[in-house]
Amino acid sequence: MFEVVIGLEVHVQLNTKTKLFCSCPTSFNHKQNTNTCPTCLALPGALPVLNKEVVHKSIMLGTALDATINRVSYFDRKSYFYPDSPSAYQITQLYTPIVEHGKLQIDFEDGSNKTIRVNRAHIEADAGKNIHDGDISKVDLNRAGTPLLEIVSEPDLRSAEEAILYLKKLHSIIRYIDIGDANMQEGSFRVDVNVSIRPKGDEKLYTRVEIKNINSFKFIQKAIEVEVSRQVEAWEDGTYDEEIVQETRLFDQVKQETRSMRGKEEAADYRYFPEPDLLKCEVTDEMMEKYTKIPELPDAKKERFVSEYGMNQYNASVITSSVEMANFFETMMAEDGVSAKTATTWLTVELQARLKGDVNIMNSPVDAKKLGFLVKRIDDKTISGKAAKEVLDHLMENEAVSVDDAIDTLGLKQVTDTGAIEAMCDEIINANQDKVEQYKAGKEKLFGFFVGQVMKASKGSANPQAVNEILKAKLG
Amino acid sequence: MITLKEALTLNKDELNKFKDELRNKIEANKDLNAYIDVNSVGEGVPIAIKDNIQVKDWSITSGSKILQGYIAPYNATVIKKLLDNGLSPFGRVNMDEFAMGSTTESSFYGKTQNPHASDRVPGGSSGGSAAAVGAGLAIAALGSDTGGSIRQPAAFCGIVGMKPTYGRVSRYGLGAYASSLDQIGPMTQNVEDAAILYDIISGSDEKDSTNAGRDDKVIPNLDATRKLTIAVLPKYVENASQDIKDAYAKAIEALKAAGHTIVEREMMDAKYDISAYYITATAEATTNLARYDGIRYGNRVEGKNLEETFYNTRSEGFGDEVKRRILLGNFVLSSGYYEAYYVKAQKTRHIIKDEYAKIFEDVDLILSPVAPTVAPRFGELANPMDMYLSDIYTISVNLAGLPALSLPITKNSEGMPVGLQLIAKAYDEQTLFDGALSLEREVAYKA
Repeated sequence: MFEVVIGLEVHVQLNTKTKLFCSCPTSFNHKQNTNTCPTCLALPGALPVLNKEVVHKSIMLGTALDATINRVSYFDRKSYFYPDSPSAYQITQLYTPIVEHGKLQIDFEDGSNKTIRVNRAHIEADAGKNIHDGDISKVDLNRAGTPLLEIVSEPDLRSAEEAILYLKKLHSIIRYIDIGDANMQEGSFRVDVNVSIRPKGDEKLYTRVEIKNINSFKFIQKAIEVEVSRQVEAWEDGTYDEEIVQETRLFDQVKQETRSMRGKEEAADYRYFPEPDLLKCEVTDEMMEKYTKIPELPDAKKERFVSEYGMNQYNASVITSSVEMANFFETMMAEDGVSAKTATTWLTVELQARLKGDVNIMNSPVDAKKLGFLVKRIDDKTISGKAAKEVLDHLMENEAVSVDDAIDTLGLKQVTDTGAIEAMCDEIINANQDKVEQYKAGKEKLFGFFVGQVMKASKGSANPQAVNEILKAKLG
Repeated sequence: MITLKEALTLNKDELNKFKDELRNKIEANKDLNAYIDVNSVGEGVPIAIKDNIQVKDWSITSGSKILQGYIAPYNATVIKKLLDNGLSPFGRVNMDEFAMGSTTESSFYGKTQNPHASDRVPGGSSGGSAAAVGAGLAIAALGSDTGGSIRQPAAFCGIVGMKPTYGRVSRYGLGAYASSLDQIGPMTQNVEDAAILYDIISGSDEKDSTNAGRDDKVIPNLDATRKLTIAVLPKYVENASQDIKDAYAKAIEALKAAGHTIVEREMMDAKYDISAYYITATAEATTNLARYDGIRYGNRVEGKNLEETFYNTRSEGFGDEVKRRILLGNFVLSSGYYEAYYVKAQKTRHIIKDEYAKIFEDVDLILSPVAPTVAPRFGELANPMDMYLSDIYTISVNLAGLPALSLPITKNSEGMPVGLQLIAKAYDEQTLFDGALSLEREVAYKA
C-alpha cells in the first residue's frame, strides 16, 4: 500500500492599493502597459522601494497562521530570463522570509481534525503577462511588481481531500483577514502542488513532481488523483525510477492527465543572492501592535456561532466557510426576534437559490438587514413560510420595497384573529354538513379537507395552526 | 576656466555667452572625445553628465551599444537637484561601458584622450568627466564611483574627484553597475567646488532605499584650519611606482607643514580587496545588466525564437569587458559556488570594514595613493588582470562604503599629474573636505 505525500505552494496576490516596489496601482482590467513606471519596467537607474502595506498584510497572515513573524527579513534576487520579468530577476525572500513555522487546522466531515504545518510565507513580486497572438507575442506589464505572498506548506498532506481542505481553509482565512481577493479564476490565488508517493510506513520522501497553476479546487483534486495514479502505476510496473523524475508538470483539463512541462536536465539555476537595492525588511513594535490584531478567524467564528446561536456544527461551518456569508448572517441575526435556524435556511437555501449570474451575496437586492427582517416576520408568524417565498421573489425584483410593504401589497399577511378564523370555519362546516357526518362517523382523513377549505377561503392568509386548533374544537 | 563658485554668480546673459563659448571650445577639441554629445537642459551653470545618469529626454546609454536608441523618460534624483539649484546638465560625457573599466577604452563611443598626453588614457570609468574638466571643457562634471571610477580618472587628469559615503547621494537614476558599491560624486577643478557640488547632489531621497536620509551640508562649516590626525600607510605604498611614492612623501610634508599630526598605520594585503570586490561587483552587475534583453527598449537583435533574440541582442550589444564580468558574476552565483565565492567575499568585506573602523578609532583621515602609477598609455592595461590590479588602492573604500577625495598633488617628470586620496570615516564628509582643502592649499598644485 502507498501513502500519498503532498505539499502545497500558494501564491496569494495581496490587495494593496499599489505595487510591491513602486506606486503604480494594482487594479485589474486597465489598458495594457498603463500601470507602469521606470521601476516596474526595470528601466536603467530605477530602484525598488518596499510598500509597507505588504509588510502589514504579511504580519496579519503570520498571526492568522499562528506563525513566527521574523522581525527582520531580507530580500533576494532570483534570476531568470523571460519577457514578462522586466529586470530578469524576481525580488523574493529565499534565505529569511517574513513568516515562518505556521500551522493551519483542517476539519474532516466526521468531526475530527488535523494540523498542517506551514513552512513559510514570503513576499515576492509578480511577473507581467505574455499574450501569444499567432506569430506575435505581446507583453503586458501591468501586473509586473504586484505583491504576492507565497505560502508554502510542509509535506503533511496525505490525500487530495486533505489538500482541498487545506486550500479551502487557507482561502477562507485570506478572505477573513482581507489581505487578498483570492479569486482563483483571476489568478489572485494560484496553487502549485507537489506530489510524491511512498510505501506505507516508509519515512523517506521520494521523488516529488510539481503540478503548476491549476485554477479550481475541482481540478486540483483531479490533478492530484491522476498524478498519484501515474506514480503508483509506474511503481507497480517497475518503471518508477525512469518515469517519475523531479519535474514540473501541467494538468490537462480536457484529457484529465498531467504532462511534462520541462525536464530535470533543463532545471534552472536561479543564482539567488541578497537584493542590494533594498535594506532589511523590519517589523517594528508599532506594526506588531497594530497588525497582529486581526479579525475573527473562521474557526473562532464557527465556535462562537455554535455557542452564541445554538447552531449545530454543520450549519455553523457552512455559514462560516465564507466571510461574506458569515457577515451577512450576523447582520441578519442583529434583528430582534430572528432565530438562527430560520435565518440559516433562508440564507443558505432560499436566498442562495435566487442569486444568479452577476448577482451575489455582496450586491444582492435583498441585503442582510432586509432578509433578517423577513425572517423575523416568519418567526413572529406574520406570514407563513410559503408566503415568505413569494415575498422574497417580489423583493428580489423590487429593491426599493420594504418587507412589510411587500407583504401588504401581496396580501399575504396571516390572519391570526381567531374570531375571523372561527367565522370562516363555521361557514365551511355549515356548507359541508355531509362531510361533517362522515368525519364524525370515523373518517378522520376528512380533517385535511376542512383545513384546506378554510385556508382556501382565507386565500392562504389564515394561520394554519390556528385553523387546526379551531376546527378540532368545533368538529369535536 | 572659471570655477563653479564663480560661475554660480553669473547672470543669465553671462551664462548664455559662456555656454556658447564652451560649445565652440568643445567643438574645437573633438579629438579629446570627452563629450558624446552636447545637449543642455535648463538655463543654469553647465555641468557635464556621465552617460549613465538619467537625464529626461536624453539618450543615456552607459557607453554601450545595447542601449543605442534608448531615451531616458525621467530625471535621476541628482539631475533634479542640479536643476533645483541653478545648475544645468550640459553634455553627456564618455565612460567605460557600464562603468566597467579603468581607462574609458571600452566605450562604444571610442577612446577618450588624457588632456595632459594624447597617447594616454584619462582613466575610468568616468574618463569623459575627468578629461572634460581637466581639459578646461567643463566647469565641473558628475561621475560615478564603484571601485574608484571617480577618484582614479580625477588623479590621472589632475582634477578633484570625490566619492561620497555610500548612501549620501541618491542612486535613483544611476544606471547600476554594482548596487552596493555605486555612488555618484562631483568631479571639479578644486576642493571647494567639489564641496559645493557635493552639497547640491547629496541628501535624503525616498526613491533610493539605500539612501541614508541625511541632509547635513559641508560648505557652511568648511574649515581648512582644523588640525587633524592623519594616518599614512607606508607598507601599503610600497607597491606603487616612484612617481606615486614621491607625491606621497610630498603630501606628508605638506600635511605636517599645515599643522596636522601624522601617524603610521597598516592595512592588510590589498589582494583580498581585489577578490572581494570583483566577486561582489560582478555578482551584482550580472543581475543589474540582465534587464538589457532587447524586449522593452534598447538595441534588439532579432532571432528565430525568444532564446535566440536574447542571445543575439546581448552577444552583439555588450562589449568584451562587460561580457567577461557578466560571466564572472554568473559563475560566482551559480549553485555550488555561491558559498565559496559570494558568501566568502561578503565576509572579507566585513573584515575590511572593521579594519577601517579600527584605524578611524583615533584617526580623522587616511592618506592613500589612488592608483599605483600615473595614467598609462592606451593599451597598456589590455590584460584584464593588470587592469583589475590597478584598482588596489581605490576599491576597499567602496567595499567599506567610506567617503574619499582624490586631489592632484604634483606632476611627474613627464608632466603627468599625480593624485592622492584622503579617506574619512562614514558620513564624515566635513572632515574629508576640511582636510582636503588644507592639503590643496599647502601643495599649491598648478594645473
